[in-house]
Amino acid sequence: MMTFNKILIANRGEIAVRIIRACKEMGIQTVAVYSDADKDALHVKYADEAVNIGPALSRKSYLNMDNIIQAARETRADAVHPGYGFLSENAAFAKACADHNLIFIGPSAECIAASGNKSEARKTLMALGIPIIPGSDDILGAPQEAFEIAADVGYPVILKASGGGGGRGMRIAHDRAELEDALRVASGEARAAFGNPDLYLEKYIEKPRHIEIQILGDHFGNYIHLGERECSIQMRYQKLIEESPSPFVDEVLRNKLGETAIQIARSIGYTNAGTMEFLVDKNKNFYFMEVNARVQVEHPVTELVTGLDIVQHQILLAQGETLMLGQDEIRLKGWSIECRINAADPEDNFMPSPGEIKSLILPSGPGVRVDTHIFNRYEISPFYDSLIGKLVVWAKDRDMAIKRMRRALAEFQIEGIKVTVPFHQRVFQDKDFIAGDIDTHFLEKFEATG
Amino acid sequence: MGLKRYTVNSPVMGTFYRASVPGEKPLVEVGQQVNASDVVCIIESMKIFTELRADQAGIVKKILVEDEAPVMKNQELIEIEIDQ
Repeated sequence: MMTFNKILIANRGEIAVRIIRACKEMGIQTVAVYSDADKDALHVKYADEAVNIGPALSRKSYLNMDNIIQAARETRADAVHPGYGFLSENAAFAKACADHNLIFIGPSAECIAASGNKSEARKTLMALGIPIIPGSDDILGAPQEAFEIAADVGYPVILKASGGGGGRGMRIAHDRAELEDALRVASGEARAAFGNPDLYLEKYIEKPRHIEIQILGDHFGNYIHLGERECSIQMRYQKLIEESPSPFVDEVLRNKLGETAIQIARSIGYTNAGTMEFLVDKNKNFYFMEVNARVQVEHPVTELVTGLDIVQHQILLAQGETLMLGQDEIRLKGWSIECRINAADPEDNFMPSPGEIKSLILPSGPGVRVDTHIFNRYEISPFYDSLIGKLVVWAKDRDMAIKRMRRALAEFQIEGIKVTVPFHQRVFQDKDFIAGDIDTHFLEKFEATG
Repeated sequence: MGLKRYTVNSPVMGTFYRASVPGEKPLVEVGQQVNASDVVCIIESMKIFTELRADQAGIVKKILVEDEAPVMKNQELIEIEIDQ
């Protein structure tokens, strides 16, 4: 067990700010890293020290393992928090940290590799009897194999990249002709996004709900789960709205999902914070999808209903502490919903909207939390993804949470760039959303009906 | 007396790509005939890829930007000579 004196945050944007905040409250020194495009960024302003790690292009800076490790060594950091995206699920980076005596705040390199190889993870868990979606047992070889499996499980089917998520390298096919095209396009996209063209295939489940379980694990085999998040509101596989609890999950299903998530974590020796994703069909059958071996964008909704600080727990667990919380102490209280706010124009097909913020008023008041890195006169560059903030509310029930989110969205004022606030406002007026009658097709239908 | 031309311009600050998937061959070459609505290039901005299309049918006369070069909003990218 050790106490960290200094943590380097290997990330940028709102999550870097989030991690720095957790460290400050724990009395831990912080080192920010930044590219040339981020020298005026908020995470640089907030950290105790900052190191330039390269030019704007991610590949040369935030994905540059050598530069980041060097920055950690030069500043004598004890540990590195990778955030989400970038190197957070890069097993080589986790190993490089270990090789340089830097504690990587997350699971081990082996766990990351096991979780990140989506097709291998499916195989391992199939063997344990954990329900998974029917499909290919392994990565696809020749196209003929894909056609045979698809014919076997039945169309429609979905192709997914073995090397990563976020919608890259994913394609749905409704028949053999579509599958033939999809194989080529998905593989190319996967190679570009993850450096790995491998795909696997699953039966595409209709009206599925994306429900995930947050877990925490220490180095001594103790695990707890922090309940579920529903993340069914997705556009092209990018989550846009998340909530905890799920309007579809009762105590029985929650316990089953939680136990299964812990069983999965235990089977791969998972430590630190992680999320197990499931698809749940209308009959409450659930199917394991994947392990996300990192803190997630949507962690705040869990924090607000449990009263726990997940990032601080990550730090404590990385220091080697025993998990002091028992499962019976975890209660979900009230309701939390998060809207991801992106710099994109919902009136123009979500065209990205980089540029300088000319004026800004952020929502606040009771039960409103805004996790963001933007500020007045900040220049949003085109080099990184379009998430500029997370607007999160907490209230005593879902009905009040929806009213509170409507109030908060209306308070959001910004000039100079376009943001997706008007899109969220429309969703929060939708009767199916208000009824909790949602699945992962919600936005397709919502956009189609205008 | 020249034939009328127009340019395909970038709608956003970002990166210009000549191929639809990195590594594949360019969507258009100089001298190529394109139809209205054909995808002629891709702009990536904030990790979102947008396909840009020819407004009117014609022949590609000039490609004004290098592959993977950064571009500004409204920057001219590809010059097309309109079919008679």
